[in-house]
Amino acid sequence: MSTTIAPPPALARELAAIVGADGVITDLAARTVYECDGFTLERAVPDLVVLPRSTEEVARVLRAAWRTGVPFVPRGAGTGLAGGCLAAPARLVVGTSRMRTIRAVDVPNRRVIAEAGVVNAEVSRAVRAAGLHYVPDPSSQSACTIGGNVAENSGGPHTLKYGVTANHVLALELVLPDGDVVPLGDGVGDGLGYDLAGVVCGAEGTTGIVTAATLRVVPLPEAVVTLLAVFATVAEATTAVSAIIAAGIVPAALEMMDRTIVAAVEAAFRVGFPTDAGAVLIIEIDGDAAGLAMTAALIADLCRRHGASGVRRAADEAERAALWKSRKRAFGAVGRLSPSYCTQDGVVPRTRLPEILVRIEEAGLRHGLRIGNVFHAGDGNIHPIVLYDERDPEEAARALAAGRDILRACLELGGSVTGEHGIGVEKMVELGLAFTADDLALMRRVRGVFDPEERANPGKIFPTPGACVEQRAPRRQAAL
Amino acid sequence: MPPGHCATPPGGFAPVERFLACVHCGLCHSACPTYLALGTEADSPRGRIHLMRALQEGRLALDADAVRHLDLCLGCRGCETACPSGVAYGQLIEAARPWIEERYRRPWRERARRRVVVRVLTTRWLLRALLAPLRLLDRLGVRGQLRPEGAGTGAGAYSRLGRGARVGGAFRAIARTLAPHASARLAAMLDLLPASLAPRAVLPREPASVDGDAAAPHLHLVPGCVMPELCGDTVRNTARVLAVNGWRSSVPRGVGCCGALALHAGDRAAALAAARCTLDALVAATPAENAPAIVATAAGCGAMMKSWGELFADDLARAAAARTVAARVRDATELLAQAPLSPPAALSPRRVAYHDPCHLAHAQGIREAPRALLAAVPGLELVGMEDEDLCCGSAGHYNVLQPVMARTLVERKVAAIRASGAELVVTANAGCALQLEAGLRAAGLTIPVRHLVDVLAEAYAGS
Repeated sequence: MSTTIAPPPALARELAAIVGADGVITDLAARTVYECDGFTLERAVPDLVVLPRSTEEVARVLRAAWRTGVPFVPRGAGTGLAGGCLAAPARLVVGTSRMRTIRAVDVPNRRVIAEAGVVNAEVSRAVRAAGLHYVPDPSSQSACTIGGNVAENSGGPHTLKYGVTANHVLALELVLPDGDVVPLGDGVGDGLGYDLAGVVCGAEGTTGIVTAATLRVVPLPEAVVTLLAVFATVAEATTAVSAIIAAGIVPAALEMMDRTIVAAVEAAFRVGFPTDAGAVLIIEIDGDAAGLAMTAALIADLCRRHGASGVRRAADEAERAALWKSRKRAFGAVGRLSPSYCTQDGVVPRTRLPEILVRIEEAGLRHGLRIGNVFHAGDGNIHPIVLYDERDPEEAARALAAGRDILRACLELGGSVTGEHGIGVEKMVELGLAFTADDLALMRRVRGVFDPEERANPGKIFPTPGACVEQRAPRRQAAL
Repeated sequence: MPPGHCATPPGGFAPVERFLACVHCGLCHSACPTYLALGTEADSPRGRIHLMRALQEGRLALDADAVRHLDLCLGCRGCETACPSGVAYGQLIEAARPWIEERYRRPWRERARRRVVVRVLTTRWLLRALLAPLRLLDRLGVRGQLRPEGAGTGAGAYSRLGRGARVGGAFRAIARTLAPHASARLAAMLDLLPASLAPRAVLPREPASVDGDAAAPHLHLVPGCVMPELCGDTVRNTARVLAVNGWRSSVPRGVGCCGALALHAGDRAAALAAARCTLDALVAATPAENAPAIVATAAGCGAMMKSWGELFADDLARAAAARTVAARVRDATELLAQAPLSPPAALSPRRVAYHDPCHLAHAQGIREAPRALLAAVPGLELVGMEDEDLCCGSAGHYNVLQPVMARTLVERKVAAIRASGAELVVTANAGCALQLEAGLRAAGLTIPVRHLVDVLAEAYAGS
């Protein structure tokens, strides 16, 4: 495997001839900022960062890298939370931040062709006037890019009802590691033949670089009702979640925040959350205006029956926006509580939510750390946020250990080690726990169809022999 | 973090807690004009925080590369609006800049340029002297010939100036001497000047109200360094609009620079010296009771003065006074929107786009007040514009020191203005108005740009 080959100086010159001198970053200062993404526990300064502006340039860049045997790491906005674009072991970063063109807005056929570097929120913005929107809405949607969304198969609060990125991708334009440009999918979603675009969604850049995506956009719902329910304990809140789903209601979103997170977002955004609450649920239903009020009343009733001390309905769009802002920026707001934090991402069957929350609390006590919870309760996708101080290496190690304990608990309860953040480098070991060696070998063979030499983002996703958890103690440097 | 709570490491410029507040989420990227323009993370807020911390900790050498990325920051603080963690980015970059100036030796040409620009912009008599020839040309009615409508920027503008200087022998001689040295920067600077200079503002020393009502509440006006010379009408109109709404305003003797321009250039000593004079003058002019509000006519000055508490934190003799004065500072729009507005007369119907000045929207959080004031003028229809609160590239003296990026940003702005269908652009900061005007002119568009108080003054003149 050619995974540790550093780009030779001649390659930098060749790439500069392709993308222009300003598109190749060689100086140490500028390379240093590419040493990690949103997952800061592991770092590696790339040797070279190249920023192509078009599919053609990406193809020529990859062809040049292929010829010299240099592996590469694709990178979008660097907002990932699992180290998927860590510049190790490959040390050439190919960034899509300059590919920001929306190639086509096709309102009659309800699709948008966006280049990889287009920011998620811009897709909705481009079709807003036509009354349409792009549904997948990760919390980082104001910054994360479509290319990254495809790589991670990103979700968001509204995936409960509408599905994840893969459910909204009609076609992809993929540049294979040898520089070949291949179209995947027919652009109408009819799915003739194997769903190869579906394979690439969530492949975390191990199949090549997605340079453009044809995305499904759908009409904005006629009406939306957003409710805020306040509970004394997380157990009551999670039981209410199960009750709502069991009643046959499919909310557009069903989110929970616990006491720790409520305190943080209230400090940051002053939405008016009761900070003495043990947990709050944000419940959104959408659809035709007729009947929505009845569903809302039913949900409010279910919440009260399961112990809610209050259920409030967002009075207007501004109040609704404030609620969502608090939810979507909750991770960042945690920065106000603690010098550092590590967001975990796991899944359990919805009915096991009360159990996993107990296990999370136990993990916090065992490791002497505070853990907050903010998550997509409707689909059992938990996001425990482990608070620690990165200046204390011993505490950082405990933070990692607590995260691992929680993920193992998810598996024990019949869940999964990631809902939407991906495996990256963070959870390679856990992937090995979730699947058998045969499963993993099969996945590798699928990847091999696209990338037989493992040049595209090598050293990610698949557990490598020897890379055991204990050796992966925080390798962080002192800086940020 | 409360001031004084966390210690700055020896030899550093910011307490590590300020850096730790950044959780590396990257949500600031799409709010950063330079990242949007370049797509390079070293030119994003998160990247710059990363760089600053690596520099402070000695992990990176302070070299031309590192400095270039930090210099390219506009200081617009759009990232603070986007940041969920409450990172005080403005404080970090403003602390880093003097630290860099103390340790990094720039090439002499750049050093000289930076010094000259700050000195000229913050020294009233110097600015006045340099503008005098242009005023003469304006009076003779010939400056228009020097810069045809829609002319591009570049050294050509300066040679045109030399050619047109036929009207005055002495000026022509000077221009001829300088022309071979004329740089793109100088040309860009000249292109930024308004199409015609309004008469200088004579500062009202004694408070006066519209109808001589001595009981009307009193205001201290801080007109800034550049505005009285370059935008006299706007200074006059600020006083007028406030007067119509029942305020008497005066500029206390000794009030000059707030220190913002020097601080943005990394000259903390000069910033403190200038701010000290103005602070002392404001304190001396304040009666024992009923301390008047302080109105800065420029958003940058208002933002700076509101953070004087931070600037003077180490000056024990002034720290308390600085905090008290800072708490009195208001933007004119903030003050006007607080009370029922004296109704303005209708203006000719037009679609208006509003551009948020960064130091109003991001630094002071003032977004609604100017829009509410515009909406109060019958005839004006406020239309939405993409990226209303994205920096136009003016940013104090940024457009003079970083003309290339400034031009890129104003071109983006011009495209947004064009797409909005606006027939008039209104902003609430003179620097932005000049930048937008220059950008529209360069694009060959004739959409006028007005300062909000100028619009209000016009409406009041009609009522």
